[in-house]
Amino acid sequence: MWDYSDKVKEHFFSPRNAGALEDANAVGDVGSLNCGDALRLMLKVDADTQTIQDARFQTFGCGSAIASSSALTEIIKGMKLDDALKVSNQDIADYLDGLPPEKMHCSVMGREALQAAIANFRGEVWNDDHEEGALICKCFAIDAVLIEETVRANSLSTVEDVINYTKAGGGCSSCHEGIEEILVKVLAERGETFSPHNVELPEAAKPAKLTNLQRIKRIESVLDSVRPQLQRDHGDIELVDVDGKTIYVNMTGACAGCQMEAMTLQGIQEKLMADLGEFVKLVPSRAGSLSRAASRP
Amino acid sequence: MDGIYLDNNATTRVDDAVVAAMLPFFSEQFGNPSSMHSFGNKVGLAIKKARMQVQELLGAEHESEIIFTSCGTESDSTALLSAVKANPEKKEIITTVLEHPAILAQCSHLEKEGYKIHTLKVDEKGRLDLDEYARLLSDRVAVVSAMWANNETGSYFPVLKMAEMAHAAGVLFHSDAVQAVGKVPIDLKNSKIDMLSLSGHKLHAPKGIGVLYLKRGVRFRPLLRGGNQERGRRAGTENTASIVALGVACELAQAAMHYENTEVRRLRDKLEAGILARVPRAFATGDVDNRLPNTSNIAFEFIEGEAILLLLNKFGIAASSGSACTSGSLEPSHVMRAMGIPYTAAHGTTRFSLSRYTTEAEIDRVIQVTPGIVAQLRKISPYWGETGPVAEDKAFAPVYA
Repeated sequence: MWDYSDKVKEHFFSPRNAGALEDANAVGDVGSLNCGDALRLMLKVDADTQTIQDARFQTFGCGSAIASSSALTEIIKGMKLDDALKVSNQDIADYLDGLPPEKMHCSVMGREALQAAIANFRGEVWNDDHEEGALICKCFAIDAVLIEETVRANSLSTVEDVINYTKAGGGCSSCHEGIEEILVKVLAERGETFSPHNVELPEAAKPAKLTNLQRIKRIESVLDSVRPQLQRDHGDIELVDVDGKTIYVNMTGACAGCQMEAMTLQGIQEKLMADLGEFVKLVPSRAGSLSRAASRP
Repeated sequence: MDGIYLDNNATTRVDDAVVAAMLPFFSEQFGNPSSMHSFGNKVGLAIKKARMQVQELLGAEHESEIIFTSCGTESDSTALLSAVKANPEKKEIITTVLEHPAILAQCSHLEKEGYKIHTLKVDEKGRLDLDEYARLLSDRVAVVSAMWANNETGSYFPVLKMAEMAHAAGVLFHSDAVQAVGKVPIDLKNSKIDMLSLSGHKLHAPKGIGVLYLKRGVRFRPLLRGGNQERGRRAGTENTASIVALGVACELAQAAMHYENTEVRRLRDKLEAGILARVPRAFATGDVDNRLPNTSNIAFEFIEGEAILLLLNKFGIAASSGSACTSGSLEPSHVMRAMGIPYTAAHGTTRFSLSRYTTEAEIDRVIQVTPGIVAQLRKISPYWGETGPVAEDKAFAPVYA
């Protein structure tokens, strides 16, 4: 069974804003061929203020697809269109206290439905430029299409190259056979043959066997390393809690609610994954810590 | 009631009598059956008894045709790899599109090593075209592998006939029978099946024990070498407690065979008819007149399987689905795709698999709650209108990534 957060389960069992929106003036219909899920997002937009007054959804999909749709409608209600367009799939995942790596595409579908709906309102044609492949690296949630494109674009030829460029394969290393298969295929396209050898994993990417205390200290030191940058922008970050793969932080000062917050968090999350050598989710604590604390005996 | 378990094709509860029989082999009967002393000797006798119990259930001619392995997958791999190694000049394999990944993944691996894999297609009910099969049989084929009963739909392949055709063409025949053993009578001595796989945990024995049946005289190359266990055909110290357990489980399965094919079948039919009568736009998949007595696979159109399972689970009901999202790979079920089930239906396929422990009250409960679950999910499905699918001219047609 998937390791769904309580929030995902809650939004699945009691979805918000589910069902048709009769007087919608912006509709986005998208689907993911990879998993067969599909989503219709319906918005009621005030043309004068460019504000989303109401949002509802209908979803054909799994638990996390329904929860992602529900979360999306909650996030965007009341937003101006230009702000709504900045909502990333990571924002949707964060709102739900994270999604399993295999299920991140459900949040991507939510973001695409939003873009499609706004394009529909503005009379534009929305084109999807996103292609998904089979998930190869489960530690860092990286799929075959991304690896293949990166190998082709950068003329990569070894598993180490792939780890350095995409992080895929830098964790538990179980997917190296899959990465080699992609290398064999792409190298053949440019008339080369793949030469197999044992992979030297970069030191930092090895999942370190840390005690809880050591792990938290490592997390603190990564946060310390980005702090000067945040403080320059009159903001700060503090560690609230660590629960398995989920790291809860507080963004304070100018960072709190800043439009760049999601991007900042994503950047810090990547730094943490690289340093710890494992998949972790960085979640702003206001999205989860209170309800989590309350639900804990 | 502590939950209604209708996922017996995934795994089964170990029978209490089986647990009782295996326990002494962890403590007082801990000896190594290969040892000369009396500690080992008794264990050796217990394994011999278990081998005969398995032989009896399979209708094998000789007890030495039973090779204990660690699981169904090991048996499948051993069968395929042995067949190609024992016939190095033959570079083709015939299998079917509905096989379990234990066969399909091994075949695609052999394909990379230069083997030509012929994958037989199926029709909308999952039935093979035996003319196509006959055309492919030749002296270039090392082995045919076809499952006895499909894990998702329960439908049978005509393996006895296929084995005869293979035999006539001088080709080895293997059947993955992990879903069939214990649920349908099997009489291998009067068949042309050369190799057959079974898995203990599908018939109320523990996980981690399997069998490869190997007809006497069939050329064989072991997967594991290194000891005389299983007459040198599967080296490695015997998993004695689980072997004893499997023997008892086979005897119990033999005794319950009639019940399985009458009472369990009746409950399955009641479940399927009850749900189909109450849920519109739902249908049973597979070759429904020709399938295991315990399996019903129902496609609920316009909704997705994982969501169905999560809601069933809320009522304590355990089932499984062919939906993409319930597998680790996110790939939709290859079985449903091969049968050409449209994917608005394939994603909603839900498999209910019963056992001899399933009760009438449990079936009544599932019939009672399922319609509400389906209606709840259809209410938020973009493919579904007020009372039925959205009319064709307004049909939901998303942009696909």
